Amino acid sequence: MLRNCLRLHSRLGHSLSAPNVCPSRQALKGLPLLNGNTKLYSIITERKKFYEDVSISQGDGGMFEINLDRRKLKTPGGKLFKAPNEALAVAVANEWDTQKDTLKFYSMHLTTLCNTALDNPSLRSKDQMITAALKYLETDTICYRVDEPPSLVELQNNEWDPVLNWIEDRYNVVIGSSTSILGPEIPQATMETFRQHLGSYNFWSLIGLEYVITQLKSVVLALALIDKRMTVEQAVLLSRLEEEFQIGHWGNVEWAHDVDLYELRARTAAGALFVQFSSESSTVKRKLMQD
Amino acid sequence: MAALLSPLRVCRGILREIRASKGPEYKNSLAYNYVLEQFRKNQVTGERHCRAREEALHASNSYLCLLSSTRQHIALYDLYHGKGQRGTEEMAGVVGLRLPTQPGGKGWEK
Repeated sequence: MLRNCLRLHSRLGHSLSAPNVCPSRQALKGLPLLNGNTKLYSIITERKKFYEDVSISQGDGGMFEINLDRRKLKTPGGKLFKAPNEALAVAVANEWDTQKDTLKFYSMHLTTLCNTALDNPSLRSKDQMITAALKYLETDTICYRVDEPPSLVELQNNEWDPVLNWIEDRYNVVIGSSTSILGPEIPQATMETFRQHLGSYNFWSLIGLEYVITQLKSVVLALALIDKRMTVEQAVLLSRLEEEFQIGHWGNVEWAHDVDLYELRARTAAGALFVQFSSESSTVKRKLMQD
Repeated sequence: MAALLSPLRVCRGILREIRASKGPEYKNSLAYNYVLEQFRKNQVTGERHCRAREEALHASNSYLCLLSSTRQHIALYDLYHGKGQRGTEEMAGVVGLRLPTQPGGKGWEK
């Protein structure tokens, strides 16, 4: 039973965070292991804070490492934690630095994403990840429309159509929308185009992109966000359009709607940042001073 | 479509979030100095049009969103998330009752 749950977790792709610093790894030894030698996941969600200072240092290969006091941060899989660029390393260090008395792993999204990329707990290849991500296109949020009530129909058309038109122009594909429960028929050519496009991302960016897609439940919105067509807030709003409509009608419940909203925003923002940090390369050109 | 905040407002927003989460010694923190340095470095030059500025602006907007949403999420989580089972007395209080102070309750001694 427990083994099944764990297998489910690993199939979902993202290692629940709870990274380990080496001396305390013994704590979880009693648990059944998925593949015998390495533990790539953890069920711990909180832990006492055990360090004071957080700093980053550049190791060999130009990768950045995180130091907690004098110890190096490690991933749940026991590898050395490495981030490919300084901005990401600083953001992760900040997550560790701002924890108060307890480490709340569920609030450290960038750390979680880095751990997933480093450990690859579900042992998937790039192709498998692209296939998994494109599955969401078949059931994309913004392709499923309602046919009543009229005000919601109008809202969906007004808000979602521009994004759908944009992506059809941008990638020169046909997606379409549908009100039937089966959803729109996505042509094979469209899938091929997106498959090629996603193939151009590197492994780290793909982890981030897939994360954003699974959060927003929409490939279209995720690509619009990554292409900087919209902000995180807008993408989340469009993803929750029907919920927002119902809230407008029935009222807002803080302990459900707001908790959901902020968590979704935080996760989406973390995924989008992760993609951007992992795929960018920056050059600096200085102005020549003229005398 | 994008309604990005201006660089100055984003910068101040991020620094405010860092201060809120770090407390009084925020000025020594790694992130504070890094963010400030990045914003100073990326001020526009008059010389050429640069797409990178928008990229940086978009990233900083996302980062601000990440910081503020995480803070608000944790606040709500602390407020509402279940903390395990409640005691008998507390649970009685929730429905507006009090536990009897004597073994048999009111009228026991008669």
